Amino acid sequence: MTFDYEKYIRPGKLPHIWCPGCGHGIVMKGLIRAIDKCGLQKNRTAIVSGIGCASRLPGYVDFNTVHTAHGRAAAFATGMKMADPDMTVICTGGDGDGVAIGGNHFIHACRRNIDLTYVIMNNHIYGMTGGQFSPCTPTDAFASTTPYGNPDPIFDISKLAIGAGATFVARTTAYHATQIDKLITEGIKHKGMAVIEVLDCCPTSYGRRNKFRSVVEMMKQHKDIAVPVTAAAKMSEEQLAGKILTGVLHKENKPEYCEQYAKLINKVQNPTSK
Amino acid sequence: MAKKSALLQGNEACAHGAIYAGCTFFGGYPITPSSEIAEVMSKLLPKVGGKFIQMEDEIGAMAAIIGASLCGHKVLDATSGPGMSLKQELMGYACIAEVPCVIVNVMRGGPSTGMPTGPSQSDVMQAKWGTHGDHAAIAVAPASCQEIFSETVRAFNLAETYRMPVQILVDEIIAHMREKIVFPEPGELEVVSRRKPEVGPDQYKPFDPSFGDVPPLAAMGSDYRFHVTGLNKAPDGFPTTKAELVDAEERRQIRKVNDHAAAIEKNEEYLMDDAEVAIVAFGISSRSARMAVDILRGEGVKAGLFRPITIWPFPEKRVAEIGRQVKAIVVPEMNLGQLIHAVERSTKGSCILDGVGRVDGEPLTPDQIMDKVKEVL
Repeated sequence: MTFDYEKYIRPGKLPHIWCPGCGHGIVMKGLIRAIDKCGLQKNRTAIVSGIGCASRLPGYVDFNTVHTAHGRAAAFATGMKMADPDMTVICTGGDGDGVAIGGNHFIHACRRNIDLTYVIMNNHIYGMTGGQFSPCTPTDAFASTTPYGNPDPIFDISKLAIGAGATFVARTTAYHATQIDKLITEGIKHKGMAVIEVLDCCPTSYGRRNKFRSVVEMMKQHKDIAVPVTAAAKMSEEQLAGKILTGVLHKENKPEYCEQYAKLINKVQNPTSK
Repeated sequence: MAKKSALLQGNEACAHGAIYAGCTFFGGYPITPSSEIAEVMSKLLPKVGGKFIQMEDEIGAMAAIIGASLCGHKVLDATSGPGMSLKQELMGYACIAEVPCVIVNVMRGGPSTGMPTGPSQSDVMQAKWGTHGDHAAIAVAPASCQEIFSETVRAFNLAETYRMPVQILVDEIIAHMREKIVFPEPGELEVVSRRKPEVGPDQYKPFDPSFGDVPPLAAMGSDYRFHVTGLNKAPDGFPTTKAELVDAEERRQIRKVNDHAAAIEKNEEYLMDDAEVAIVAFGISSRSARMAVDILRGEGVKAGLFRPITIWPFPEKRVAEIGRQVKAIVVPEMNLGQLIHAVERSTKGSCILDGVGRVDGEPLTPDQIMDKVKEVL
């Protein structure tokens, strides 16, 4: 039986704003399948985003949805989760939104290990504003503000999340559609900050400037450079050059922020109990 | 039985007022001279089952309180000049998305880092026009520790009633000054909570103007689910660029304050009935002004004090009346002329108007105010 996406799409809100060939729709479908797998109730689920193409996702799906300001998704979501710890709070957004203007909120949400699931669509570019380079645009690549090639080094979002303290970090690509919902499902079920980075393609703003002749070619590149972590364990450094690791990159159990705060309240209200 | 009382700093009084008002969530970032508000909230909130979070920056603090407010909490954030500048981004968000929240700005010298431990009243215009775009503003400006308590309660009531951010403008002097506070009994001061939806989830629209200029706000996570955005939106909360819908929403959000200005306004008048010269002053400057009035009266000058406690919306009608009654108005303020613009806009040249300002981190003295009064007369 085919999956019924309509059940989770807000009536009358499609078509979406995404360009033909954009991978955000694949990620949205993966997110919907993951939410369905987890059996989340619509009223008890919030999806929070910042600004940008990927951040338009919440408007299309039938949950509590907050389209916040540029970069602020993790901070809004932190307030919501603290306010209502039993609600499932998911962030969605792009690379520039999440780790440039929103970088501070992102790393501190990771540090707190608050129980959010952050699905970050990394298409290596500011798409909505017309293709300026982001912290995830590869060095030497072309963007509307790197007409001579990008002089900047990149952020590795997953490594950043691990370094900052997120307790579940996974990566996949828009090509690996079935892996998207598996990883998001695992992220939602994980108690603590879960970051799922999905390498995504922006044919309009990134592909055209960087000599990708088709969307298929862009996705094929993601397919070619993706190496599952399990396979990577058996590969040499030379073999891994230029590759990106996919799958669950990091998982550990650490105290979750809202649970810690609940304990604090309990301690304050019942000073004699242990 | 005597009421409970304490010797409290203004900042402490603010935190106690917030708890009285039913605040259950504080998001903040340390900044002088407001930090004691965060410190006291971190102590008091867990006792009442509330949540305190120190965020990574000022913008994050504002984001967290808006998020918590959307989930049904009464929320507070406290900061000072540089922090307030950072919060302007999300002040605008709270305006357009109509999210109740209270923000304390303990004013210090500026611009920029300015004088972190020096008092000031120089954020009057920022409180009205700080964030970009057209928007309404409500700001209250208490002048004593007891009043900080009661105005904090009122600020929450206004935020909840009008579904918008409300600022409490305090200067560093009253924030750090200690005065006796008499704690009101529960029920003694009015405590207001936001209006809840009167229709079922199927009919609920978070910005539905058919329920009045302040539509009810459901809590996310309850039986109602909805969409919120910082984009111009239609009554259902979804973005629109349709001219008539954008226009109607923008106008409603201004109207909800303008049409209720009389209910939001709060002023104190001292010896104004027969006054020939009025001093219009708020916050700490109003206390020097009151002393100046007493001394001037002793010298036979018919002086009076008009003290706006709500400074935005500015009490234009009453100040216009005063402008027609008196020969002159003097506006002492710890800046180089901000509130005076609102007075000028209200009096429209009907009397002599002059200001006396101070920006050296010291309070205005009664002498400085009296000298100006004598100069204009």
